[in-house]
Amino acid sequence: MHPPAEPPLLRFDSVSVVSGSGVALLADVSAAVVSGAITVVAGPSGAGKSTLLRLGDRLDIPSSGRVLFEGTDIAGIDPRRLRRSVGMVFQRPVLFAGSVEDNLRVADPEASQARMSFGLEQVGLDASMLGRAGDDLSGGEAQRVCIARTLLTEPKVLLMDEPTSSLDPVNRRSIEALARQFADRGLGVMWVSHDHVQVSRLADHLIVLCEGRRVSDLAAEAYLTEAGEQGSQP
Amino acid sequence: MTSTHIGWVGLAGSFTLIVIAISLSLWQRLRLSGSIAWAATRAAAQLMAVGWALRLVLDPDASVIWAWAWVVVMVVFAGATLRQRAPEVPGIWWLGTLSMATVIIVSLSVIFGFGVFPIEGRTIVPLAGMMIGNSMTACVLVGRRIVAEFSEKRDEIEARLALGQPWPEAARPYTGAALRTALVPQIESTKAVGLVFLPGAMTGLVLAGVDAFDAVTIQLAIMYLILGSVATSVTVIGLGLTRQLFTSDHRLRRIDRQMTSA
Repeated sequence: MHPPAEPPLLRFDSVSVVSGSGVALLADVSAAVVSGAITVVAGPSGAGKSTLLRLGDRLDIPSSGRVLFEGTDIAGIDPRRLRRSVGMVFQRPVLFAGSVEDNLRVADPEASQARMSFGLEQVGLDASMLGRAGDDLSGGEAQRVCIARTLLTEPKVLLMDEPTSSLDPVNRRSIEALARQFADRGLGVMWVSHDHVQVSRLADHLIVLCEGRRVSDLAAEAYLTEAGEQGSQP
Repeated sequence: MTSTHIGWVGLAGSFTLIVIAISLSLWQRLRLSGSIAWAATRAAAQLMAVGWALRLVLDPDASVIWAWAWVVVMVVFAGATLRQRAPEVPGIWWLGTLSMATVIIVSLSVIFGFGVFPIEGRTIVPLAGMMIGNSMTACVLVGRRIVAEFSEKRDEIEARLALGQPWPEAARPYTGAALRTALVPQIESTKAVGLVFLPGAMTGLVLAGVDAFDAVTIQLAIMYLILGSVATSVTVIGLGLTRQLFTSDHRLRRIDRQMTSA
């Protein structure tokens, strides 16, 4: 695990979220997403991982604390502009009615055929898929199309909420490889996972949440070591 | 033209059919005889009261202001009835009242503006009643459909928002589907009129002795009025409800039985 070397693209500054029924979903959590690295948010189900991610895209707002994008409080940024800079990939691939091309055009209505083809190639899909109906795609293909669609907005940060949880091991590894490629190209990637082995494979930086609170760095190191040992077992 | 006057004897005669319905219930042990008797009695009491009040409002010597006051009461009651029928739809009371008021203003402006009917108590009250009555079912339908659609398709709508779409654009496919669902029955009913069924107003006019062609033209004007009213009310409720489901910073609110957080 490496300490952040440059100012974060996205910073969560002591954020808390309380549900409508008064339950604390996140309590005083601070975290950062830096360019060129994958920040993994790990922890058991119900720990607040997805809630944290949604704050980054302003699909939810914190009850207290703030989120900063490139040093500016996102409360002061037009959400439409923010969301094109901070892309989100959801746990379940969400395809809209219509073809793959129709789906890509939701992200960029003016996109040329060449740009859409390039977008598909970036996620390991062939340009011939543009005309295929979204309903006909496998889970892995659908998630790749979702990623390609998000990339068309040219984000600087990619928030990925357990994007491989419904995929088979082969697709899981290839989506992980894509995330690594994006980070290598300079994007800041925040990846939510509760899979120990995946955490050990992906994490440049690790945030472990438990019952809405961030555990100490020492405990997170122990979590990563344990995850690494599990990952190295045959 | 011959006038049709039922009178108390005629009314008592028609009550024979209620006696038949109660007898059938007793014979088949449906345990509905009490409900049938109560429904018939309640309908009689309500209609008698309304008839008495309408006689005052529709009196040719009465000021037309009373007719407009009657319409205002109908609009408010329509909003309250909508809330009773669709409590799961957030803000249905004020949205319903607003949509009914819009319908009345738009439709009656057209009808009276073009001189289709004269501005009199005997036209204002029944026309407003028909517009409101026909719009209510469609309003309940569109409200429920939007709440269901936005709950079931929450993932899709948030995926659109996450791609940078503003809320009106992100909501359009789902609001549009709900509006179509609510409007189609009225469109189909307009298509089938005359072939499959004879509408109530026309039947009433013919029974009252009005010439069949005159009855048809009046009915046509009323059908257009109703279709326009349903389209207007459904659109006002649909767009108003959709707006209410989003925050000003393009987030989709949580939708529960009662709407909660922002």
